[in-house]
Amino acid sequence: MARVVVQEAPFDVGAELAALTAGRADVGGIGLFVGTVRDTAQGRPITAMTLEHYPGMTERALAAIVAEAQARWPLAGCTVIHRVGRLTPGEGIVLVAAASAHRQAALEATAFLIDWLKTKAPFWKHEEFAEGGGQWVEARAEDDRAASRWAG
Amino acid sequence: MKVLYFAWLRQKIGVAEEEITPPESVRDVAGLIDFLAARSPGHAAAFANRAVVRCAVNQDFAAPDAPVRAGDEVAFFPPVTGG
Repeated sequence: MARVVVQEAPFDVGAELAALTAGRADVGGIGLFVGTVRDTAQGRPITAMTLEHYPGMTERALAAIVAEAQARWPLAGCTVIHRVGRLTPGEGIVLVAAASAHRQAALEATAFLIDWLKTKAPFWKHEEFAEGGGQWVEARAEDDRAASRWAG
Repeated sequence: MKVLYFAWLRQKIGVAEEEITPPESVRDVAGLIDFLAARSPGHAAAFANRAVVRCAVNQDFAAPDAPVRAGDEVAFFPPVTGG
C-alpha cells in the first residue's frame, strides 16, 4: 500500500503517520523524513522557494521509486508527499515515510526513497533572495553520490 | 511533436510548451537539440551548455542518442533539485 501525492497544500505529519498504520497491527516501525525550507542559501537570506514540477512525469517517477522501495524491502506501506508552488522558510517541502515490521527496513527504505526522489523525480527549486532577485538551485554532486549508494 | 521546457530553460526560451514539426533528419534527442537551438536566440541560450540540460521522451529520462518520433512528448530541463 502506497500513498503518493503532489500537492500545493501543507501536509499534516501526524495525520499522515496515523493513516499509514491505520488498521494494521503488523507494523513494528516507521521511518520518517520531512524536508523543510531553509532560510538561507549559501549564506544569503531567502524569503521564499518555489517548487516547479513536470505534471505527469512526476507522478510516474514517484510511483516507480516507490515500487522499487517495495521490491527491495518488506514494507507494510509507504507515503510520499511532495509540495509544489511557493513556500516560505520553515514550511514542509517533502514527506517520506515507510512502515515495516522491523526498524532496519523502515529506516533504509526511507533513506532510499528520499535519495532517489532527489535525483530521479522532476522537481526544480527557485529561491528568492531577501535582497532581491533569485536563482534556480543547482543539482549537487553529493545528492548523486547519496543516490548511487543504492545502485544495483 | 510536443516539446516542453522547465525551470531556467523555460525562462530563457520564453514558452513552457511548443508544437513543432522537425525535419526527417532529426532522429534523436541530440539532433532535436540542434534543430531547436537554431529557432531563436532564447533557444540558443537555453541549449548553449548541453552538459546541464536533461531530457525526457514520453515522460521517461532519455539520453542524447534516444530516438524521437512524430507524436512524442519531449521535455528539456536542468538536473532535478527536488526533495
